[in-house]
Amino acid sequence: MNQIDLIHITKRYPGCIANQDVTLRVAKGEIHALLGENGAGKSTLMKIIYGVVKPDSGQMIWEGKQIIVKGAAHARELGIGMVFQHFSLFETLTVAENISLSLPANEAASIKKLKQRIIEVSERYGMKLDPDRYVHSLSIGEQQRVEIVRCLLQNVKLLILDEPTSVLTPQEVKVLFKTLKLLAKEGCSILFISHKLDEVIELCDEATILRGGHLSGHCAPKNTTVSELARMMVGDDTPLSEDYEKRVGAETFLNVRDLSFRSVDPFACALNGINLEVKSGEILGIAGVAGNGQEELLNLISGEEASTASTVSFGTDAVGNLGPRERRQKGIGFVPEERLGRGAVPNMTLEENGLLTAYQKDLTSKGWINAARVKAFAEEIVAKFNVKTSGTQAQAKSLSGGNLQKYIIGREILQNPKLLVCSHPTWGVDIGAAILIRHALVALRDQGAAILVVSEDIDELYGISDRICAICDGELSPIADTHTVNINLLGQWMAGNFGTETLKEEGLADEALAR
Amino acid sequence: MIKLPLRLEKRHSDSKAMAYISPLLATILTLLSGATLFALLGQEPLHALYVFFIYPIADVYGWTELGLKVGPLLLCAIGLMLCFKAKVWNIGAEGQFIMGGLGGGYIALELLAVESSLVLPAVLVFGALSGLLWAALAALLKTRFGANEILTTIMLNYIALNALFYGVHGPLKDPDGYNFPESAMFSEFATLPLVLEGFRLNISLLFGLAAVAIVWTLMSRTLLGFQISVLGEDASAARFAGFKEKRLVWFVLLACGALAGLAGVSEVTGPIGQLNPYIAPGYGYAAIIIVFLGRMHPLGILFASMLLALTFMGGEMVQMELALPKSLTGLFQGMLLFYLLACDLLISYRVVINSAPKKISEAPGIIEQAG
Repeated sequence: MNQIDLIHITKRYPGCIANQDVTLRVAKGEIHALLGENGAGKSTLMKIIYGVVKPDSGQMIWEGKQIIVKGAAHARELGIGMVFQHFSLFETLTVAENISLSLPANEAASIKKLKQRIIEVSERYGMKLDPDRYVHSLSIGEQQRVEIVRCLLQNVKLLILDEPTSVLTPQEVKVLFKTLKLLAKEGCSILFISHKLDEVIELCDEATILRGGHLSGHCAPKNTTVSELARMMVGDDTPLSEDYEKRVGAETFLNVRDLSFRSVDPFACALNGINLEVKSGEILGIAGVAGNGQEELLNLISGEEASTASTVSFGTDAVGNLGPRERRQKGIGFVPEERLGRGAVPNMTLEENGLLTAYQKDLTSKGWINAARVKAFAEEIVAKFNVKTSGTQAQAKSLSGGNLQKYIIGREILQNPKLLVCSHPTWGVDIGAAILIRHALVALRDQGAAILVVSEDIDELYGISDRICAICDGELSPIADTHTVNINLLGQWMAGNFGTETLKEEGLADEALAR
Repeated sequence: MIKLPLRLEKRHSDSKAMAYISPLLATILTLLSGATLFALLGQEPLHALYVFFIYPIADVYGWTELGLKVGPLLLCAIGLMLCFKAKVWNIGAEGQFIMGGLGGGYIALELLAVESSLVLPAVLVFGALSGLLWAALAALLKTRFGANEILTTIMLNYIALNALFYGVHGPLKDPDGYNFPESAMFSEFATLPLVLEGFRLNISLLFGLAAVAIVWTLMSRTLLGFQISVLGEDASAARFAGFKEKRLVWFVLLACGALAGLAGVSEVTGPIGQLNPYIAPGYGYAAIIIVFLGRMHPLGILFASMLLALTFMGGEMVQMELALPKSLTGLFQGMLLFYLLACDLLISYRVVINSAPKKISEAPGIIEQAG
């Protein structure tokens, strides 16, 4: 008997079909991957299982009986647990308090018993948790454990994980996978949503692939390859090959010296003695788990935060005390992590959003906007970066994440920056757009620009970076040529262990993390 | 729980058509409520509405009087539009208006004996500067100490009003005025020229129209206007692009202060001709309604200011003709804003009939009906 059967599920929204005749079967104790690009309909399908969205047609069969899930509470009652990509935890409460909030009143009555259960369950599945710690003091990986333990305490029969590894270091991923395999062995079914194909091949028994709301296929990942899976996800017309030459840069353009910074925001990460340089004609990649100081560092480089002049230099100019406008004049382009609501104004048109950072070029003269040039600039971005849109008068918020990101990166690149700083350039972007963006970055490097990329996607950093380093807890690891840094060493760096010696046995790394 | 047959459902995207229909709907609802109110007061509803809205502008004189009120309303409203575009919630046009009248009036009184064509420009400039300085207080408090401009500007309105009271009860009182709390009448050199002989309409209407044209150009054609829009739409994008947030806040507040100040000084050098405690009939507050009713667009603001000017005249007319209180003006303005805010809900939401689970695929049809 299958744990869950979704049969011919169809869900339409005004103007788009989210799911069309999708069928998904998850057996008991099976780890099942759900693959697809952004907008392929994965989230909608998850929400249907979790009872948040009602399908227009189709059946859902749970343990052999046809049911209609009435809502999230009903889903939890049935034994469906879900770990969202963005955690729903209160930072100012302890682990036990957070977990008690989601339990039925009778189970949460005794906080003492609950703590005991948290310790038991978390130890049993190899992801130790201290129930008395406050959530804001936990790493992202530990926060994820809280979410998972919360599901386990509710006797979960189907655990849904939405891109769980995107926030973890490679070592943390290994710990998570051990837990998941143990859970599956005990009969719990797991639905694993991801776009990291090698992880899917390593972990999952079965896979269902969606493309454009339709079922693209089922397969057993162990019998297939990364490129076959990718092909099923993107269709036949997207090129998949990516192979970039490594380069050695020329002169140093961006120079960050002894940069320490403490924000007024109590949840922000303090930076401690950061030193880094990016040369013209090279890409420097900074790996790291989110929230370790990346945002603060980039704000200090872009000028949205200022410090003393000598801490940041562009070429020979000390710019550490200047604002973003002056730094843009000196040749920086910046692609922030937040596309809507920082990189672009959601309610404004693409033309206006082109003007947003290119206003110092010939789009304006003496304070007057040249509407024709603004339009031409927007059209140039759309054409050169293959942005799919109804026109340059479309609102930024009407574009998909990938298309908007192409537009923003295009806007910065077409201003010929001497330094381009990119935060998570392909986060949440579909494969086709991601490849285009990486090509564009490498092409800009070959024209002689200095490029700094911060990303959580390690494969991407290995692919495009000429030199690589990691940031952890506001400190920067050593910087080295990418080909001399293997994944274990980088993982150590991401966890804050900045020794240059590679740990010989991978087991040691796991133990270090478990402690 | 009782289930209502109707419920609200979020629209897939905001309805553009509803943004324009909403002010019309609000006007209609205000008229209906007004008619009900008149009926309850024992009046023939249609006749009373006619007296309120049509009678005041039934002749040329009525239209010139309308223009006389539209001038200062436009000046206040277009200044507020600048602030609201930047999401700076300046409620202080009333205080800036009063300070404009008080400051300009003070100069007019100082120059009572001077016979020169430069007197009027001096009075106008000083009036605008007084409004500007009053707004500068709010700007300083906001940019320096992060004080909420809604609170500071409202409080500054009361201070301005009391400053006016102090002036006309004290140092600016007419020595030959039998102790009435009002100043001497201004000289003819401190009086705005009339547009048409025999009517009270003066050139303050031209100031208002010019201000609309200038602000419209500023917002649609210049980088400064673009920066103001970006700041209002998305402050973090403005910071990211390197726009100077504090400078923009200063600019919109000072510009609004100067425009409201000009409105105030136009009022005292126009139809009033002196300082008294009643120089501000509430134009600064009515202007807030105008901006929202006019959809924050210069052209819309032009039409909305005519409607609001009419409510001022209608109040006076029902007092004269039907012996009803003049405060009906405030009631109509309040209803207009209330219904507008309520109808604006329909921009992002739509009303659906609460029947059995409805298929989403029918939804586009509903949007079309609503639009």
